[in-house]
Amino acid sequence: MIDSSLKDIAAALRAKTVSAVELATDSLARIEAGNPKVNAFITVDKEGALAAARDADARLATGSAAPLTGIPMAHKDVFCTEGVLTTCGSKMLANFTSPYDAHVVTLLKQAGAVMVGKTNMDEFAMGSSNENSHFGPTRNPWNTDTVPGGSSGGSAAAVAARLVPIATGTDTGGSIRQPASLCGITGIKPTYGTVSRYGMIAYASSLDQGGAFGYSAEDCALLLSAMAGHDPRDSTSLEREAEDYSAALDKPLAGLRVGLPKEFFAEGMSDDVRAAVEAAIAEYRRLGATTVEVSLPNARLAIPAYYVIAPAEASSNLSRFDGVRFGHRAAEYTDLMDMYCKSRAQGFGAEVKRRILMGTYVLSHGYYDAYYIKAQKLRRLIANDFQAAFAQCDLIAGPVSPTVAFGIGEKSDDPVQMYLSDIYTIAVNLAGLPALSHPAGFGAGGLPVGLQLIGNYFGEARLLGAAHQFQRATDWHTRKPAGF
Amino acid sequence: MSLSLDEVRHIAKLARLELADGDVDATQAKLNGIFGLIEEMQAVDTDGVEPMSHPQELAQRLRPDAVTEGNRRAAFQAIAPQTEAGLYLVPKVIE
Repeated sequence: MIDSSLKDIAAALRAKTVSAVELATDSLARIEAGNPKVNAFITVDKEGALAAARDADARLATGSAAPLTGIPMAHKDVFCTEGVLTTCGSKMLANFTSPYDAHVVTLLKQAGAVMVGKTNMDEFAMGSSNENSHFGPTRNPWNTDTVPGGSSGGSAAAVAARLVPIATGTDTGGSIRQPASLCGITGIKPTYGTVSRYGMIAYASSLDQGGAFGYSAEDCALLLSAMAGHDPRDSTSLEREAEDYSAALDKPLAGLRVGLPKEFFAEGMSDDVRAAVEAAIAEYRRLGATTVEVSLPNARLAIPAYYVIAPAEASSNLSRFDGVRFGHRAAEYTDLMDMYCKSRAQGFGAEVKRRILMGTYVLSHGYYDAYYIKAQKLRRLIANDFQAAFAQCDLIAGPVSPTVAFGIGEKSDDPVQMYLSDIYTIAVNLAGLPALSHPAGFGAGGLPVGLQLIGNYFGEARLLGAAHQFQRATDWHTRKPAGF
Repeated sequence: MSLSLDEVRHIAKLARLELADGDVDATQAKLNGIFGLIEEMQAVDTDGVEPMSHPQELAQRLRPDAVTEGNRRAAFQAIAPQTEAGLYLVPKVIE
C-alpha cells in the first residue's frame, strides 16, 4: 500500500481496508529493510509514528480526517521537530533535540500525517550529492554506488525506495529538483514565501524555500497544499489566501505555451539526458502544448551570483552556532575566542566551512560592492530574463541536471565541478520562482532523468497540472528501483 | 583575483573558525578555485542596475508590541552546553 498513490491510500483508509497503524508499521518495516542500503534516514521515530497513527485512526473513525490523515511521511532533518533529534546533517547539531516544531511540522501534524522519521541531507543543506552529511552519504536506490543528489537526498531516496510515499525537502539552489531528478520521483519548490521558514534551519534566507516530494505531481499537490500558507512568525511569508494546488490537475494541455530556453539546450547537457528531455517535450507537444524558443541570456551567471549571495547569507546565519546556547562546544579551550573558534571548527564540515569563509570574505570591508552588490545586480538581470521569457510562454521546460546520478566520490574533492552540476536549477532560486522536476525517462546506466518545469510567480497549480497531464499519458513516474 | 595565505588566516579569524596551520594551503587552493568561478561576474556591465536583495519586494510587516512567547527557559537551557542557576556559562571575559 505504501507504494500506491495518496488518493488510493486515503480511499483505503476511509474504506477501512487498511489502518493508519498498519501503514505506519509497513513503512517502518520497509525502512528497517531498505534503509541500511540507502542511508536515507538519520532518525526513525517508531514510537512517535505509532502514536500519531493511532490518533489518525481515531480521527478517521470520527469522519473528521484531512486528505493526509494517516499517511506516513518523512521530514528532511532541516525542519525542527519538538522532542525529536534535529541534526541538519551536522556534527554541530548531532545532539540537538529541538524544543519546538517548525511551522511545516505543525501543519502536517494538524493534517494528521504520520511522521516516521527525519531524512539525511548535506550538512546545513550545502551540497548537491548528500556526501556532505556528518551521518554518511545517502545512496541512490537505482544504483547504490551513485549519489541521490542533494541537499534533500535522503528525502528523495526514501520516496524513490518506497519507504514513505511523501517527504518534505528544501530548495536553495536546486536541492529538491535535482535529487527528485536523480532518484526518479517528482519534487516541487514553490514560489519564495509560500512555505513558512519558521523552524527550518536557515542556510541562505533569501533563497531557502520548503517544498514537497512524492511519486507523482498529484501527490505533491496534496502535500504542498498542506504545507503552504501564511505564517506571521516568518517575516517573508506571503500574506495570501490558502490555495488548493490540486485545483488545475485536470486542465488539458491544449493551448499551453512551453518556452524552451536556448541557453539550456546549448552545450553542457549529456546526450542521454538530452534524449530523455527532448522526448518528454515531444510528449507535451503530442498532448496539445505548443513550444516556443525563449532566451535567458544571463542564466550562465546564476552560478557565480549564487556562490556570492548564498555564502554571504550563510556566513551570517551560521554565526549563531557559537557553542553557547545549543549545539557542539569543544571539550577544551583557553578563553572565549578560543571556545568559539574550536567549537565551530570541530562542529562544521569542510564544505560548510568553505562557504562561511567565502561569505565572510565577500561581505568584508573593501569587497562588499565588488562581490555582494555586484551579485545582487546580476540577480536582478536573471529575474528580468525570466519575466521577458514569460511574455512569450506559460511555463518553461528544460533539464534539471546535466547528467544522471554521478558516482559517490566522483566530485566530492572538487567543489567547482560539484557547483557546476546545479547550472539549470540555481537561476530559479535567485528569481524566487516555482519549479518542479518530474520523471522523464532513463539515461546512462538505467538511471532516471527528470524534466524541469518552471512557472511564473504563484504558478504552482499550473505546473503541477501540466506534470499531472504528462503523468496520465506516461508511466515513467511509476517505475521503481529493483530491490525496494 | 586570489586570496593570499594571510587573507585566508584573516577571514578564518573573522569567521571564528580555527584553521590548523597544515590546512591553510589546501583551504587557499579550494577558495581560489571557487573565486575563479565567481570572477566571471565582473565581465558583465551592471551600471544602473538596481541590486535585488530579495525575490519579493515587500516592506517588513509590523506587529503589536505584545508578548507572544511564554517563558520556556528550562526547555531552552536543557539543550545548552553549560548552564548554572538559569544562566549560560562561558569562559570569563572580564577580569
